[in-house]
Amino acid sequence: MSDLLYSEIENDLRAGVRELLDDKAPWTGVLAGTEKDEPYDAALWQAVAGQLGCAGLPVPEELGGAGATWRETAVVLEELGRAVAPVPFLTSSVVATAALLAAGERELLGSLAAGERIAVLAVPFATPPGDVAPTAQVSDGKLTGEVAGVADGLAADVLLVPTADGLYAVDAADAARTAVTSLDMTRRLADVAFSGAPARRVAEGGEAVRTALLTGAALLASEQLGLAQRCLDDTVAYVKTRYQFGRPVGSYQGLKHRLADLWTSITQARAVARYAVSCAASGDADLPVAAAVAQAHCSAVALKAAEECVQMHGGIGFTWENSSHLFLKRAKADAIALGTADRHRAALATLADLPSA
Amino acid sequence: MSTAPPDADELSRRVEEFLAAHDPSATEPLEFLRARFDAGLAWVHYPEGLGGLGAPRALQPAVDRLFAKAGAPTNHPERNGIGLGMAAPTILAFGTEEQKRRFLRPLWTGEELWCQLFSEPGAGSDLAALATRAVRDGDRWIVNGQKVWTSMAHEARWAILVTRTDPDVPKHRGMTYFVCDMTAPGVEVRPLRQITGEAEFNEVFLTDVAIPDEHRLGDVGQGWQVSTTTLMNERVAIGGAAAPRESGMIGVVAGLWRDRPELRTPGLHDAVLRAWVETEAARLTGERLRQQLTAGQPGPEGSGAKLAFAKLNQEVSGLELELLGDEGLRYDDWTMRRPTEVDFTRRSPGYRYLRAKGNSIEGGTSEILRNIIAERVLGLPGEIRVDKDVAWKDLPK
Ligand SMILES: Cc1cc2nc3c(=O)[nH]c(=O)nc-3n(C[C@H](O)[C@H](O)[C@H](O)COP(=O)(O)OP(=O)(O)OC[C@H]3O[C@@H](n4cnc5c(N)ncnc54)[C@H](O)[C@@H]3O)c2cc1C
Repeated sequence: MSDLLYSEIENDLRAGVRELLDDKAPWTGVLAGTEKDEPYDAALWQAVAGQLGCAGLPVPEELGGAGATWRETAVVLEELGRAVAPVPFLTSSVVATAALLAAGERELLGSLAAGERIAVLAVPFATPPGDVAPTAQVSDGKLTGEVAGVADGLAADVLLVPTADGLYAVDAADAARTAVTSLDMTRRLADVAFSGAPARRVAEGGEAVRTALLTGAALLASEQLGLAQRCLDDTVAYVKTRYQFGRPVGSYQGLKHRLADLWTSITQARAVARYAVSCAASGDADLPVAAAVAQAHCSAVALKAAEECVQMHGGIGFTWENSSHLFLKRAKADAIALGTADRHRAALATLADLPSA
Repeated sequence: MSTAPPDADELSRRVEEFLAAHDPSATEPLEFLRARFDAGLAWVHYPEGLGGLGAPRALQPAVDRLFAKAGAPTNHPERNGIGLGMAAPTILAFGTEEQKRRFLRPLWTGEELWCQLFSEPGAGSDLAALATRAVRDGDRWIVNGQKVWTSMAHEARWAILVTRTDPDVPKHRGMTYFVCDMTAPGVEVRPLRQITGEAEFNEVFLTDVAIPDEHRLGDVGQGWQVSTTTLMNERVAIGGAAAPRESGMIGVVAGLWRDRPELRTPGLHDAVLRAWVETEAARLTGERLRQQLTAGQPGPEGSGAKLAFAKLNQEVSGLELELLGDEGLRYDDWTMRRPTEVDFTRRSPGYRYLRAKGNSIEGGTSEILRNIIAERVLGLPGEIRVDKDVAWKDLPK
């Protein structure tokens, strides 16, 4: 059985990332950022990717990375989820990096690992693992087509575009990108259009994309876990200090029992998320099952945590000036991203041999 | 001890060596089990000399698998859940050397089964309100009172028993914990029939039962702390058992789904998939919990695993009946029986559905577990306690 705990190195890494985020990404700053034009927090990204070297964690040293694994990468994601940090880590350092690793690409991979460039997989963010139906074509090295709803599409320097003829890298400057007003403004979408953009093939066939989406789904659970834990922590802290009827509202069983249930489902989410990343890290054949279970389970847990966070804060939880809505919007978007829970259950119908009616 | 505890490789080497010396097919089962205990391969996280080797608890399932693969006789844990899951860890934590040597070996081998004399008619969730009196009489104690819901008392040789020894102090402070001989004069066991039709549990009347002082577990007045250890272990035992994928109720339902296409509907398909995911989540959570518990005692975290297990087992056993439709309307047998084991997946769909209803009551109700998590894990304010500083004898009853 895989190790579902955290190593000492992972705990140290977590502490380092949290310290940086507490300093550079307090929720008030994240909130302010949602109303700015910049599609992500470039200074924060420099600190996370460059200074801390997190972007290269899953990349082998000889390819310019830190030579760690998806396990350490997932711990960073937990912290980024906890802070709803507006940086393209999931999209560039996980999904695009997984695609390039699977493809055996080296040049672009090295610059992603170093945090010098940002690449994103140009698919709609709701795409579940599996085969994607390409919406772009290549002829004579020129790419044409449209992809709607690409996460961090505006942050990207390079777009990795699936076609019937393999995966192509396109310089983002050669694409027309339109900002989308997104439900989750801490990870914005862009609609992308290519008309004869110069394109370089980085992978044949669909394997790299399949691996990228599967790895992304497996690791997204860690972001959801971090977010859920933050919502629980904030809510518990609040209900201890908010008095009504002469008692802290956290002394009422109506709230205590719901928070206990939430805590229980978060302990489950942690086990499930750790299992998924450890399967990704070791290339375990059970990864498709682990990723589907992780998404089917953790999507609901993170969303529930954010919803309870809003509800248990009362009126203040419904205001723009409170952190709760940042978590709610991210949690709802994450529940759809990389396949809804229902799509992951549908995948399990096949994987676990539980055929439909 | 100077040597490091054995790792996984060392343990499998020792199992191999043991099996070479004790051919499972040629050895008397009891003799085999005793030898396995003496080799420290019974529960590897227990200390040397008491059936273990001081190894990490997480290594136990691998050891069990090796023995199972070799066709070794088992100690029938389904017959002695209370002994293995609750009495043993409590004896290990609070027992004297003498008590550990006397009780643990026959407990593990299954020669002596155990039951739990905790709940009383007036003390369920509020266990510390219990009224069964133990009065000192020289080097023994005389016990009088009534216990209830005592699972497997009809099979048990020994019981773990909590009593009131000082009614003049607040309830948590006046309790003392004993090991009680179920064959002693004055112990009377009467069946209590359950919603399943059978009587797995009992009421137990204790009339002038004499218990020698050397069967006291922990100090006089320390009964509450000792009981807490028992209860935390109980919750881990119920919710945190090692299990391969699709074991328990979900295995029953998944098998049914595969074998009987005519029962399938889209709504039930969704329900089966949800149950499959949640069961897998609970299984991995149990696995992670075990990885966290090295040789130490479980904390309140085990309550989460037990809480989740109860909910899931009820949902999935209910799903089985729905899936069966017409057949779900039939029950196998309402005859009053005396089962010899506790196994939530045995007998029939109707039995499984009904037995699961006990899961959120036995071992601490789900409401009480939520209180424990809220207060002990999350640090939320405690329930209002009107009885905290009142002497037990002055409490309203
Ligand atoms: C199948 C089965 C096997 C059992 N085996 C054993 C055994 O072997 N040995 C043994 O000692 N006992 C055993 N029990 C007893 C079990 O531990 C008790 O039934 C349980 O602790 C509840 O106590 P009670 O029945 O008195 O219910 P009560 O405590 O009266 O509870 C009634 C209801 O009130 C709720 N409630 C009580 N207090 C609170 C509170 N503070 N906040 C919110 N809600 C509350 C409860 O959750 C429950 O819903 C068994 C029970 C069952 C069902």
